[in-house]
Amino acid sequence: MEILMSIVAGLLVAAAVYLILSKSLLRIIIGTALLSHGVHLMLFTMGGLQKGAAPLLGLKAESYTDPLPQALILTAIVIAFGVTSFFLVVAYRAYQELGTDNVEEMRGQDADD
Amino acid sequence: MTNLPVYPILIPLLAATALLFFPKKIKAQRFIAAVTSGLTLLASLYLLLQVHAEDTRTLDLGSWPAPFGITLVSDIFSALLVTTTSFIVFSLIIYSFKMIGRDREGFYYYPAMMFLLVGVNGAFTTGDIFNLFVFFEVFLMASYVMIVLGGTKGQLRESFKYILINVLSSALFVIAIGYLYSVTGSLNMADISARLASIEPVGLITVIGVLFLIVFGLKGAIFPLYFWMPSSYAAPPIPVLAVFGALLTKVGVYSIARTFSLFFPENEFLFSLLSLLALLTIVVGVIGAVAYWDVKQIIIYNVMIAVGVILFGFATQTEAGVEGAVFYLIHDMIIKAGLFMLIGMLILITGTSNLKKMSGTIKQFPLVGWLYFIAALSLAGIPPLSGFIGKLLIIRGGFEAEEFVGSGLILLSSLLVLYSVMKIFLNGIWGKPEEYRPKVTPNSPSIMIPTIIIVFAAIMYGFGAEGLHSFMNEAAQQMLNPENYQNAVLKE
Repeated sequence: MEILMSIVAGLLVAAAVYLILSKSLLRIIIGTALLSHGVHLMLFTMGGLQKGAAPLLGLKAESYTDPLPQALILTAIVIAFGVTSFFLVVAYRAYQELGTDNVEEMRGQDADD
Repeated sequence: MTNLPVYPILIPLLAATALLFFPKKIKAQRFIAAVTSGLTLLASLYLLLQVHAEDTRTLDLGSWPAPFGITLVSDIFSALLVTTTSFIVFSLIIYSFKMIGRDREGFYYYPAMMFLLVGVNGAFTTGDIFNLFVFFEVFLMASYVMIVLGGTKGQLRESFKYILINVLSSALFVIAIGYLYSVTGSLNMADISARLASIEPVGLITVIGVLFLIVFGLKGAIFPLYFWMPSSYAAPPIPVLAVFGALLTKVGVYSIARTFSLFFPENEFLFSLLSLLALLTIVVGVIGAVAYWDVKQIIIYNVMIAVGVILFGFATQTEAGVEGAVFYLIHDMIIKAGLFMLIGMLILITGTSNLKKMSGTIKQFPLVGWLYFIAALSLAGIPPLSGFIGKLLIIRGGFEAEEFVGSGLILLSSLLVLYSVMKIFLNGIWGKPEEYRPKVTPNSPSIMIPTIIIVFAAIMYGFGAEGLHSFMNEAAQQMLNPENYQNAVLKE
């Protein structure tokens, strides 16, 4: 199971890298979102995917799942979500202001401030 | 007062939340931001004195004992950095009153500044590796807001790259934490440190170390990963640039120092890699600083040089080298803030950042000119001023570790640093006087007083080096002996 998850995470990251290397702002942002999905899957897998009961308090539990990776990806997902939405807004403003969504055309130095 | 380590995080957090509710009441925003950052400064000073007098303070949040919950750890190194950060943010908030402009002030500038303070102080204080990531995101989010605030074309273009780079490095950070967790099964930095010492396949640990180096190197702008910094930092207005240049790169440096000293203290490969990259950073930084004729770019490349010098001192792993690195780190935070503030005034006076278009401002504004002169000498490390002692110790550490080339390079770089900042002085401040009519005069107290305080602090930091020696030495001992940190956190 871990191997399958690793492959899925790897595929997601590969797709993300492909998208991030493209020229359109929107594709880049979708790429970063995919990247964070891949990374979260990997983080989740790193704890080991064991089956068991809920991680309840108490020392007598016979089997329990590791609660930590779940807590970690929950935090990481929220952060990634926030950053992605902010990133979309910035891209939209950049498109409005610069009149292009192509990063090639966004190059250059102009002193306008 | 067991809750002491949390105050430098909690006070600005509460203030930032409160400030979000009335963005248009600029007077109230200014007042609250200044007062609460002043309170943060007092709290962190008290914390520093307590930590110095007694010992490392730890706080287990939610009373979960150390390896299980999130622990805040204030050892002397982190307390020193928290105090410096609070001091710089306090000065820069006052400096911003006149410099940032009303439009930006009305769009959540002060809340963003306070959130940045929360994130940076938190990153310096936390003892949990995942929590470090969370605090990184807090100050990164604030920095995204600050870099794009105002929305000029240049800012939008550069902030897109800045956000992209940081999103990528955050993803790598999460990967590195995942690997570390799968190897050690813990997130508490002291606990990881204790467990990693006995883990056998060193190759695996080296991979994790290199990943951490990439992540924090991107934040700290070390050699191959600095490419995004010069243009991104030049885009926002000066007070924001000063915050970024003085604080954000230093969080990367701190994190490298902390993780390397705790997780990989014996790993020769990582430290020689770090030392090599530090030297290359210095070389590239010097080339940039000498080549540019733009005041912003010159100082931005000087930030890179300083990062290289500090990391080299740290990588020597000798007592003198590490102590020098701590000395130089704090010196550099203060003096970079001061230099950015001063060139901000210069830009305010002349209306341009191009050195070839300005000259002779000292006739009209002598105080700005002389303050700049002192700050520039201090940056280059002319003896009684503050840059000298740190560099001396770093070079001594380099000789002790028999890194003669590295020490020589640092000596040579000092001369070129002096040249690069004197270039600004000779062309922009000295020279044929011209008549300037700035819209806002840089002599107004809210701009001048914080700058004088910062420069004065830099001078006193140099003259008071003897008194500060015990702090720095304690910090160096702490870094070189991770057992102390482990014992303090795990209470063994």
